[in-house]
Amino acid sequence: MNVTRGFTGRPRVPNAALPPGQYDAGDDWPVLSAEVTPELTPADWSFRVDGLVEEPRSWSWEQAHELPASAYEGDIHCVTSWSKFGVRFGGVALDAFLDVVRLHVSATHAVAYSHTGYTTNLPLADLTGGRAWIAWEFDGEPLAPEHGGPARLLVPHLYFWKSAKWIAGLRILDHDEPGFWEQNGYHARGNPWEEQRYSGD
Amino acid sequence: MTETFTPPTRFAVPGRIAVSKRAAAVWQTATITEIHRETPHAATFRLAVPAWAGHLPGQHLMLRLTAEDGYVAQRHYSIASAPDDAGHIELTLDHVEGGEVSGWFHTVAKPGDTVEVRGPLSGFFAWPGDRPALLVGAGSGVVPLMSMVRHHKARGLDVPLRLLVSARSPEELIYAREYGAETTPVFTRSAPEGVRVGRMAAAHVAPLLAEQPPGGWEAYVCGSNGFAEHASRLLVAAGQPVHRIRIERFG
Ligand SMILES: Cc1cc2nc3c(=O)[nH]c(=O)nc-3n(C[C@H](O)[C@H](O)[C@H](O)COP(=O)(O)OP(=O)(O)OC[C@H]3O[C@@H](n4cnc5c(N)ncnc54)[C@H](O)[C@@H]3O)c2cc1C
Repeated sequence: MNVTRGFTGRPRVPNAALPPGQYDAGDDWPVLSAEVTPELTPADWSFRVDGLVEEPRSWSWEQAHELPASAYEGDIHCVTSWSKFGVRFGGVALDAFLDVVRLHVSATHAVAYSHTGYTTNLPLADLTGGRAWIAWEFDGEPLAPEHGGPARLLVPHLYFWKSAKWIAGLRILDHDEPGFWEQNGYHARGNPWEEQRYSGD
Repeated sequence: MTETFTPPTRFAVPGRIAVSKRAAAVWQTATITEIHRETPHAATFRLAVPAWAGHLPGQHLMLRLTAEDGYVAQRHYSIASAPDDAGHIELTLDHVEGGEVSGWFHTVAKPGDTVEVRGPLSGFFAWPGDRPALLVGAGSGVVPLMSMVRHHKARGLDVPLRLLVSARSPEELIYAREYGAETTPVFTRSAPEGVRVGRMAAAHVAPLLAEQPPGGWEAYVCGSNGFAEHASRLLVAAGQPVHRIRIERFG
């Protein structure tokens, strides 16, 4: 341990809900995206799933809203070291979309891409089984543009760069393919509890 | 049935450089060798990092402080110095009110103290000096942009480079003495005689976009999220293509 002379840190209460190296951002919700926030309306938004699926398909805003509503209530963790507790997102579980397209047996991974062109890769195991959503509401309100509105991917058990803002689609693959931050040195999976921040962690 | 996927959109996805995975993963000890005040709220910390792998202007690092009881605080900081400064890097930190890490730097740190760093990180905001660059920053957001300006000067590059930098007042303009003809300062609260006070506006951006170099500008925007949203919208409104704007948000 490399102790920093005179550094005590803030008074703190141990918090088992905080992954290693994270702090509680409280009411703040910092914005971290590398691109210009797009002017994307619900009418311009669509979501497509293709690649290794039996029936590729796209949903418009209205069509996506016809799927059964599903909410996430819990915590989110950003690789820049803030965590946010007890947030509420509303949308549709990703399983509802994947059930319609039916994954091919060889499918193992997905690249999620946004309307801006941002990409991020995920193993299918992190996207299925009620662990991922397409979210369009935050705290009962429409999701703000700078937080990915009208709709973003939500994969709350991984660092938040995986939860692609302005989600446009998933391409289903039979291999892992690094996305935007992963090509820029970030970890392929990004599990906050294992502190998988950068490739090599 | 293996394919490589390219998204059907325009955002400048490829990173500018390959990031060294080893350098990004290893914590190194950095020793503070010099501290100098830039403004009442910002100071520059020169660090000796003997095994530093080198960086490109625009990159940042992760810094961590460790308390006696094992508590660690980690924060990102952009690198202020140009790459040609073997074994040394410089960081410029704003003193954030109540800030855990910047507070330590501004009230406790002295030459001889050690901290830990890992990096450089992220290739996206890096500028190797190859394309005309239009830099737009506010407050400590000017730090990674200054690394670019210094690199440009140190190497005597002739690729066009312009910096539009916003500060509250001349006293709060970080690196004020180092700017040359490439820089236009914008003051939001108080300005020298004859200079308008006000937020960065279309009128500041328009002349820079009017003197587009061949091939156009690559724009680099850095600062708080509020500033990044404002400045990137000004650029888009003035005709800068969205896929040629790179943004670094300090949160
Ligand atoms: C890519 C990147 C590059 C950056 N580069 C630079 C740079 O070059 N220069 C620079 O100055 N900054 C830079 N930053 C910002 C930097 O990372 C820090 O956020 C900043 O220095 C503040 O950290 P801190 O520990 O001093 O403040 P923090 O302790 O994080 O506090 C920030 C604010 O939140 C409040 N706060 C946070 N947690 C708590 C808590 N538990 N209890 C009470 N209050 C709390 C504080 O009161 C304060 O107002 C960069 C950020 C990023 C993402």
